[in-house]
Amino acid sequence: MSENLRITNNKFVDQTTRISFKFDGKILYGFKGDTLASALLANNIHLVGRSFKYHRPRGIMACGSEEPNAIVQVGNDASMTEPNTRATEIELYEGLEASSQNCWPSVNFDIGAVNNFFSPLIPAAFYYKTFMWPANFWKLYEYFIRKSAGLGKSPTEPDKDIYDHRYLHCDVLVVGGGVSGIMAAKTAAKNNLNTLLIDDKNILGGSTIYQKNECFKINNFYSNEWIKKEIETLNSLKNLIIKTRTSLAAYHSYNYLLARENLTDHLNLNERKNKIRQRLWKIRAKKVIIATGAMERPLIFNNNDRPGIILSSSIKKYIDYYGVKCGQKISLFTNNDSAYETAISLNNSGVNVNSVVDIRDKTNSLIVKQAEKLGIKIHWKSTVVNTSGYKKINSIEIMKLSDDGTAVVEKKIKEECDCLGIAGGWTPRVHLFTQSGGKLKFRDEDNVFLPDKSELDQISIGSCNGDFELDEIIRNSANSINKFLNLNNNDYENLEIISSKEIDKKNIWLLPSDKPLGKTKPFLDFQNDSTANDIKLALREGFKSIEHVKRYTTTGMATDQGKLSNMHALGIIAETAGVKMGELGTTTFRPPYTPLTFGAIVGRNVGEFFDITRRTPMHDWHVENKAKFENVGQWKRAWYYPIDNENMHEAVQRESKAARDSAGILDASTLGKIDIQGSDASEFLNRVYTNAWSKLEIGKCRYGLMLNEDGMVYDDGVTTRLSENHYLMTTTTGGAANVLSKLEDYLQTEWPELDVYLTSVTDHYGTVSICGPNSKKILSKIIPDLDLSDKDFPHMSFKNALIDNIKCRVMRISFTGEHSYEINIQSSYAKSVWEKCFEAGKEFNITPYGTETMHLLRAEKGFIIAGQDTDGTMTPVDLQMDWIISKKKYDFIGKRSLYRSDTIRKDRKQLVGLLTDDPKEILEEGAQIVAETNKQPIEMLGHVTSSYFSPNLNKSIALAIVKNGKKLKGQKLFVPMKNKTINVTITDTVFLDKENKRLNA
Amino acid sequence: MFLINCPYCGERDQSEFTAGGEAHIVRPKQPTELSDDQWAEFLFMRKNIKGVQLERWNHAHGCRKWFNMARDTSNDRIHAVYKMGEKPPIK
Amino acid sequence: MKNKYSIFSLIKNAFSYHENWQRAWRDPEPKNEYDAVIIGGGGHGLATAYYLAKKHNMSNIAVVEKGWIGGGNTGRNTTIIRSNYLWDASAGLYDHALKIWEGLSQELNYNVMFSQRGVMNLAHNLQDVRDLKRRTHANRLNNIDAVWLNTEEVKKFCPIINTSQDIRYPVLGGTLQRRAGTARHDAVAWGYARGADAMGVDIIQNCEVKGIKRNGDSVEGIETTKGFIKTKKIGVVAAGHSSVIANMVDLKLPLESKPLQALVSEPVKPIIDTVVMSNAVHAYVSQSDKGELVIGAGTDAYVSYTQRGSHDVVEGTLKAILELYPIFSRMKMLRQWGGIVDICPDASPIISKTHIKGLYFNCGWGTGGFKATPGSGDLFAHTIANDEPHKLNADFNINRFVSGDLVDEHGAAAVAH
Repeated sequence: MSENLRITNNKFVDQTTRISFKFDGKILYGFKGDTLASALLANNIHLVGRSFKYHRPRGIMACGSEEPNAIVQVGNDASMTEPNTRATEIELYEGLEASSQNCWPSVNFDIGAVNNFFSPLIPAAFYYKTFMWPANFWKLYEYFIRKSAGLGKSPTEPDKDIYDHRYLHCDVLVVGGGVSGIMAAKTAAKNNLNTLLIDDKNILGGSTIYQKNECFKINNFYSNEWIKKEIETLNSLKNLIIKTRTSLAAYHSYNYLLARENLTDHLNLNERKNKIRQRLWKIRAKKVIIATGAMERPLIFNNNDRPGIILSSSIKKYIDYYGVKCGQKISLFTNNDSAYETAISLNNSGVNVNSVVDIRDKTNSLIVKQAEKLGIKIHWKSTVVNTSGYKKINSIEIMKLSDDGTAVVEKKIKEECDCLGIAGGWTPRVHLFTQSGGKLKFRDEDNVFLPDKSELDQISIGSCNGDFELDEIIRNSANSINKFLNLNNNDYENLEIISSKEIDKKNIWLLPSDKPLGKTKPFLDFQNDSTANDIKLALREGFKSIEHVKRYTTTGMATDQGKLSNMHALGIIAETAGVKMGELGTTTFRPPYTPLTFGAIVGRNVGEFFDITRRTPMHDWHVENKAKFENVGQWKRAWYYPIDNENMHEAVQRESKAARDSAGILDASTLGKIDIQGSDASEFLNRVYTNAWSKLEIGKCRYGLMLNEDGMVYDDGVTTRLSENHYLMTTTTGGAANVLSKLEDYLQTEWPELDVYLTSVTDHYGTVSICGPNSKKILSKIIPDLDLSDKDFPHMSFKNALIDNIKCRVMRISFTGEHSYEINIQSSYAKSVWEKCFEAGKEFNITPYGTETMHLLRAEKGFIIAGQDTDGTMTPVDLQMDWIISKKKYDFIGKRSLYRSDTIRKDRKQLVGLLTDDPKEILEEGAQIVAETNKQPIEMLGHVTSSYFSPNLNKSIALAIVKNGKKLKGQKLFVPMKNKTINVTITDTVFLDKENKRLNA
Repeated sequence: MFLINCPYCGERDQSEFTAGGEAHIVRPKQPTELSDDQWAEFLFMRKNIKGVQLERWNHAHGCRKWFNMARDTSNDRIHAVYKMGEKPPIK
Repeated sequence: MKNKYSIFSLIKNAFSYHENWQRAWRDPEPKNEYDAVIIGGGGHGLATAYYLAKKHNMSNIAVVEKGWIGGGNTGRNTTIIRSNYLWDASAGLYDHALKIWEGLSQELNYNVMFSQRGVMNLAHNLQDVRDLKRRTHANRLNNIDAVWLNTEEVKKFCPIINTSQDIRYPVLGGTLQRRAGTARHDAVAWGYARGADAMGVDIIQNCEVKGIKRNGDSVEGIETTKGFIKTKKIGVVAAGHSSVIANMVDLKLPLESKPLQALVSEPVKPIIDTVVMSNAVHAYVSQSDKGELVIGAGTDAYVSYTQRGSHDVVEGTLKAILELYPIFSRMKMLRQWGGIVDICPDASPIISKTHIKGLYFNCGWGTGGFKATPGSGDLFAHTIANDEPHKLNADFNINRFVSGDLVDEHGAAAVAH
């Protein structure tokens, strides 16, 4: 490393711990405490990337999150690489490998740089005006545009890191740990308020922690010494949590904030194992104090983008904090006092300051006088009109400004330099304030937008609130904090503060050059390569709104979201259009403040935690018996149970046949179960189902159809009357939760007079369904003392019973058309009852069957599945279930909708059965049905909703919905597939046992 | 993310609640007497107010109670919450 | 007459440092009277004006926009364009639009960057499979180019999707419409604005409608922040604010305006070359020409005009993105924002006359209006000019909510993006 760029008397970088890292494949060294940027600068590397559009060489420009240029790819492992990372924020660690982006073959020799040569041809938004001929070539043009766009590379393998979420509720959240933030946190915590202080840097103190200058003193201490003592006092406060390396990402309504804490990115690679990489804090704060400080603005002049042109305050941080000289012959260019602080710091560290170019006529503030005393040369009333040096700046050209500042006059002075510091004034970081919905106001004297009105319980203090002088910051912050927290803290009264005061202010958004504007390149948005000329072009073409200009020129839309460019864009628009900036307003600052890792947003909700998995009590049995599973809502349901090498079709054929020939067993635990109690339970069911319930006898079951208020079928299921005022309702598996909330809604909001209570008991009971001609024999083995005679326990009835002294409910109901029972028992016993049934059924070859066989068996009987044979557009009449609509009931949910002009149409789509001419041909579910195949356009009459090969009928069967289907029974229709047309005939929906003999077999 | 003051449980995070649309649309007691137009008015037509709207919310992941809220849809500020059956406290 | 945009005009203007470009559109003050006024300067409104002028010879028309053109949902959506809808009515409408998209850059002489790199819809459960196959069969018979892909074909078309069958909701297949894709949203608004302006349409920005003047059953004009404008025909294309305009004439619409959020990642080199949508786990993603991953989140369930939604919705969406694309875990969200979408109960739009003579509504596009922009403008222009709907938008009348003859796209997609 170039020793001569490092100074040694510096406490923030540990010069005893050397760290090796790679940049663009080259091994380099830095120290613990460095950022990648400071380490590169110490190695005299400025050129770190190429710009987005013109591929111009670009160097490190800032020292924090506002960095537009120095964004690099970190790591080259396919799963752990990270694109677009700011070198100014990467803390150096052992093993760091970083590389330049957006250049090929290398950052030093980049083919894309030819774009710079063509730059006159590609002004803002040129792509809207071209690439249109020939029309079909856009695909090709686009291919190249896409290839050249984009910055870094996405990982190509899954991330191995873990991320975490935590919730935090506090009385006071303080964002930013500079002078005012520390004052706020200390005041709040000392007064027993639970306080959280966060800062995105690894230590507190902001820029004051390295501010050591005669012009800034508190009680006779240098400001850096004073703040160090303040920070020490924080450690003793019990109510205070301090989170460093934590960046406030988003400020949402109701003081809900998201902050990302970096936990491992600063560690050496070998120290990271099994550690959480980032944690997203979800903070709900009663009060929020924003103390996020201000960012230094660049200056906009010709060729202001060369490597080696760095914000003046960043140069100061590099020398005072990191001990790194950004150059050996540094020039400074400013419109305000802050560059003089940098000049003095450089001078004190032995760096040669060529001169300060100041656009102001002359000023006599304390700090300027100090600089003059040190012999620093100042070019008053001057501007830089051009810079030279391709991969690094090597000189600047200085000219005098005219009196009105719009032109340059007199002789050009050339000054050689290896670094240019630019200081364009300060922009308060109001991003979080505006994210929260706060409105801004404009202060004309120094051209800043400041927080104005907010709906939320929050304040902004310090320089993000427009206080830039040390004494102002301390006095105003102390007052604001006391007022906001309703306290009388006097820690910060009567401090003796020395603070150089800026007396003269001058601002020129676009500095004049000796060349016509069209021949210059004054960059605004360094990453997106938009210039002042682009802004002017947009305005010339009629793009008036700032949002239009932003979108047309892409200014402010790069990964820095315009932190450095927005103000100048607004300034130039205002100036060009002759509007006041306060009236122009700003573009919207959208969250997050800095780019936020997807992984952190998602936290641990990945992989198996993506969604809850609901398993039935018998789940393990199904797994042991090699079941294949189907996702139904959040449930895992046994789909089919292949034996040996059976495929699904073979397994289902076997299962279906066994269920009808002897006995089958199904896990029906996932069906929704709602316990309904209360003296008005019957009336309630009358209102929610289409059929009548008052006369249902105790101990009997009834099938019910539930509609939406728009008359369309919503859900179905069997409900059992357990006692006078007690029912057990079942719903579809997927519909359970929605049905319950819908019923609660009606009960609480429309019919509060009804005495009814609803409880979900889906998870409380397991349900074993056994069906088939031998089901009765099997059940009698398990519950020998239960009278199973048709007379005493007929179809659609229920009995309480005991299995091994455990209470259970047995329903004789059937979804297959077979003689069948459902045993409902507390979940914890369900698996043993299942096993018992299976054991008892072995002599009858009892066969476990899954959802696919269940669907097949019910289709043979023409029973619908809500959601498969209906799609939210089917009424009960459409389903040919007129019988279930009570004619006597005055009202039920959805009744009125059944009598609208469209719902009473006779030729609506209706549920029918469908048989293929070729009984072996199985229709595809979802296939469309037509009457004529050669007419264009083909009128689609409906579609196949359910289709199976029935082993019991030895032919394929299907259910379908067909326009006017009721009247078309026997009609030949067609199912046009991609390669063939299948002939079908409309039939009744019941294919098997029309007389329901099997129910009592 | 709103902070909602459930009238039964107190302040809770928005994620515990579900929204149920405009409030005080009473289900007609005699739907059969209504014309198709009147029924459609009940079924589908909404004021969709920009400003203070009275609306229904359900503390779905809490007490499961429905209640009403007066909220300004132009800035999401919640002006009041009140129980079902109660008169709106404003307007 | 507007100068033509081309590579030659770029070269020519380069010699004069681009200082001689014409305005893309004028910035006129409103006249006292227009033959028709369109309320809402988004893509649909500007397209309506364009086609009124171009196809119906109505050049004395104005578009009034309360903010800046293209600043609502046009500039906030994820720009997915497709026509693989289930019902004939929807398929007719959206494919009409898709056909116009295919020649739109040339028609407008403005590159809207319509990029036909396909839209894939994934199935994650057996009912998804049935629904998507049903839609594909219907599409084929409606001459819409959607096909069914099995899981391997899905993987082949978009290799970065996690098609492992061990994930929580594995990909069971999907549909692909190759003619579908994306376009550059701002360019659509600007291209139509420039085209309409060239035919004499007045585009009046920063002009908010405060009231609608009626005489009995007819409209007479609008009160605006720039004064009263007389007109006999008013086309309302105000998206999320449709109800606000409707309430001015005591008209209730079957709409709710809800927050819809979207986000983009930082730009990266090409990694995903198509548009992938998944309704079941709710994730959809594409990559912009600039390299950003463009990700659409879902709607919140409450009415809001704030253009802000809840963080939970964003988190839920990214959760689904990482389920399907675990390689994106280290990518970073650059920007998130919200729009206000006006949603109809059947997830289909309204392009319709009303019972008030001269008042027309084009609304209810919900989360999927961008793709319809050219078709919607064309059909709405037809409806306004003839006081009768075109046959392609006849089914999208307001009266369907009375008769019950809905165009229910929920059946095929719980969310109709």
